[in-house]
Amino acid sequence: MDIRFEEVGYTYQQGTPFQSRALHDINLSIKGGSFTALVGHTGSGKSTVLQHLNALKKPTTGQVTIGDRVITNYSENKGLKTLRKRVGIVFQFPEAQLFEETVGKDIAFGPKNFGLSEEEAIERAKELLPLVGLDESFLERSPFDLSGGQMRRVAIAGVLAMNPEVLVLDEPTAGLDPQGRKDIMDMFYRLYKEQGLTIVLVTHQMDDVAEYADHMIVLEQGTVRREGNPRELFKEAGWLSSMQLGVPSTVRFAHELEEKLQWTFDPLPLTTDELAAQMVEKLGNKVGDDR
Amino acid sequence: MMEKLIFGRYIPGQSFIHRLDPRAKLMGAIWFIIIIFLANNWLTYVALTVFVLTAVKLSGINSRFFINGIKPLIWLILFTVILQVLFTSGQTIWFRMGPIVISQEGMLNGVFIFMRFVLIIFMSTILTLTTMPLSLTDAIEYLLRPLNAIKVPVHEIALMLSIALRFVPTLMDETEKIMNAQRARGIDFGEGNIYQQMKSIVPLLIPLFVSSFNRAEELATAMEARGYKGGEGRTKYRQLNWQQNDTVVMIAFVVLSILLISLRT
Repeated sequence: MDIRFEEVGYTYQQGTPFQSRALHDINLSIKGGSFTALVGHTGSGKSTVLQHLNALKKPTTGQVTIGDRVITNYSENKGLKTLRKRVGIVFQFPEAQLFEETVGKDIAFGPKNFGLSEEEAIERAKELLPLVGLDESFLERSPFDLSGGQMRRVAIAGVLAMNPEVLVLDEPTAGLDPQGRKDIMDMFYRLYKEQGLTIVLVTHQMDDVAEYADHMIVLEQGTVRREGNPRELFKEAGWLSSMQLGVPSTVRFAHELEEKLQWTFDPLPLTTDELAAQMVEKLGNKVGDDR
Repeated sequence: MMEKLIFGRYIPGQSFIHRLDPRAKLMGAIWFIIIIFLANNWLTYVALTVFVLTAVKLSGINSRFFINGIKPLIWLILFTVILQVLFTSGQTIWFRMGPIVISQEGMLNGVFIFMRFVLIIFMSTILTLTTMPLSLTDAIEYLLRPLNAIKVPVHEIALMLSIALRFVPTLMDETEKIMNAQRARGIDFGEGNIYQQMKSIVPLLIPLFVSSFNRAEELATAMEARGYKGGEGRTKYRQLNWQQNDTVVMIAFVVLSILLISLRT
């Protein structure tokens, strides 16, 4: 399912003395089956864009096309449920949304709202727990007895339980320990690879963008500055820092090697594995020269 | 939804009224609400209106804010006014139908009630728009201090008040976030019959309470860690400072009161 923004503008508190413009003429498209990273520094409008992806907000100007639904300022609120079932959003610190007595019921809450029976929904919850790294014993526990990381996993399972086609993630790993981050990101990547989910990731972690994303959108002051392949965009470290963004640690290290040792990397290495492979190749040549 | 609410917001500024001592403003606003009940004829209402409009002008705030402050209450005001108009009996009767009587006195009463509402809202809006919530609690603490003598825990009340005020916007944000998260999970807030609407509140209310409990615990720990032990022996960072202008404002209120008493019939 594709999502397309055409000339989208959004103004908060329109018509009051406190009104403020958050988005200006945004044009972007998120292709079905892609892993898109949405980056930009704080206050660039990422979260506002995110809330347009499943019509939690309606654009003040322009239009958003989600699959075959067109959302404009005048769209009615009817039938948005089916849309929200197809686009699942994991909000920042999603553990704050847990409320049921048991983990099982909380995960089943979404599917039940979208018309599944209680038993089917619980069944779905049971299937999902291993996927997010918890076991069936959690099913009957209260979500408020769990640790922060476990609560996060339950909350994510609650969104996955709706079987969305597009999964929107707003800093899903914020506040987690390194292992937890890796587990969660790997899980999302597996869903993307194995089940063909479209993923939109909002993050400040450029390492995650480099490692997982195949498309990157840079926002600044409520407009799209650049859109493209992460490998291309990360080449311009200077431009990124003018957007108050950084480059992944691999790219930074590669740039330092280019500067100090006059190496050239082609293509630009994005993951540690790529970097290592290219270094081995170059060092191999060098050893050969010396001999 | 809640973002339309103007009442209770602070707008930074440097006007005459912004710079007044919060105690003067608070006392003035309360004083005004008391003396507004002295007014009972045209002249007195004109005097009050002139006074309020001067204050609005002095506050340097766009009058749009004040109009917006009335909007959420307009139905309540109109309801009261219409009841007054319909059910006040009087000498000069214009229209009668069963118990419903429209008389000249009733009309006048309705207009006066309307004026009362508007003037009180304007005055309190001036107070909240020009005074930081924290200054306001400082003023409340100061003015309540005599109650210490009869064992009222004034410091604790003021502390709770300032914490509560501080967390109103935070909780509003949180509410909005949780609402969005639950809407994304298929909840339609404000749709369906009353039972369904009540039920849809649960997934909003429980997380809000849970996060408030957590927040309270964290805040208490943080306060203790920073050496908070209660009101006794504390010094103040924000000093209230009464100036000449504040005295002038108080005198203006005295003059207004005398004027009202002499003008009323």
